[in-house]
Amino acid sequence: MAANLMLGDVKEGQDLPVLEKLVKPVTVVLGAMASRDWRPQHHDYQFAVNNNGLQDIIMNTPNLAAWFERYLTDWTGPKGRLGRIKFRMKDSVYPGDTMQFAGKVTGVARGAKSTGWVDVKIELTAGPKGCVSCEARICVPETPDANPWKLKGDDWKP
Amino acid sequence: MANESATDLPAEVQSWIGQERYTEQTSFPIEMGYVLTTMSATQNGNPIYWEEKAAKEITGGWITPPTMVSVWFRPHDWSPGRTEPAVPLQLHFDLKAKLGLPEAVMSDNTIVFGEPIRPGDRLTTTQILYSVSPLKKTKLGTGRFWDFGVRVVNQKGELCAEERYTGFGYNRD
Repeated sequence: MAANLMLGDVKEGQDLPVLEKLVKPVTVVLGAMASRDWRPQHHDYQFAVNNNGLQDIIMNTPNLAAWFERYLTDWTGPKGRLGRIKFRMKDSVYPGDTMQFAGKVTGVARGAKSTGWVDVKIELTAGPKGCVSCEARICVPETPDANPWKLKGDDWKP
Repeated sequence: MANESATDLPAEVQSWIGQERYTEQTSFPIEMGYVLTTMSATQNGNPIYWEEKAAKEITGGWITPPTMVSVWFRPHDWSPGRTEPAVPLQLHFDLKAKLGLPEAVMSDNTIVFGEPIRPGDRLTTTQILYSVSPLKKTKLGTGRFWDFGVRVVNQKGELCAEERYTGFGYNRD
């Protein structure tokens, strides 16, 4: 976990550190159960292959959202507060794939009470496959005393 | 995708646009067990979810990760007395049935986060249909796009999140 990222450390066009993670069957099943997603394509190989025409069980969307959040807050530190996230699913992630998360800062703006907004575009790929495109907006402090988690009401406009 | 609604919709579907439907409460108080399982599943060491001191200092006590919002209103796989499996996003399934479009995919999902969700919270969700497009032909088939949202508020009426979805229901050509 990084120290808290400050707004002044962020520049448009900046690349985030790449995260790579090998997906095992337990990665898929644990993620699906943690997100209360009981659909069989996330735990039943025979169903996934014979009923859905997939090559194996697949990572579920809510758990991929949690992976995107982890990727972002690894970078910002614990004061980073996610304001908005948008995904477009393009291809499935299977056991045996190595997920690669690669993000780029697309915008930086001042927020309320010595905080600021950082817009990030993230691509999740697995080898040659483009799997998920994600756009996120995350709030970070501008000063050591500022804390995005304390923003409420009109001060929190993601 | 479906910002302007079609004019050839069945009257019942037309009447759903802008109407709050399927207002439901979460079936159990929010708790940290699923949070820690999610942290484990994603190998996420963020201290606000693991260390009480960090949670107190940064988030004023334990919170749940924003992206877990949909976890709390996903139904149990089984519960007493239910004969049919419950489905999340019932509005999406209603649209498929009423518009005669048996196949469907979700193309976009946006979540805007508000007040953090904390252990012990009771959440209420409401599904709202915003628009349904005219018939369109795509590589999947011929069908309609629909935009709908799920608003999540806590027991104090504070908005915790709004999810927006674009679905495409279709018949294979």
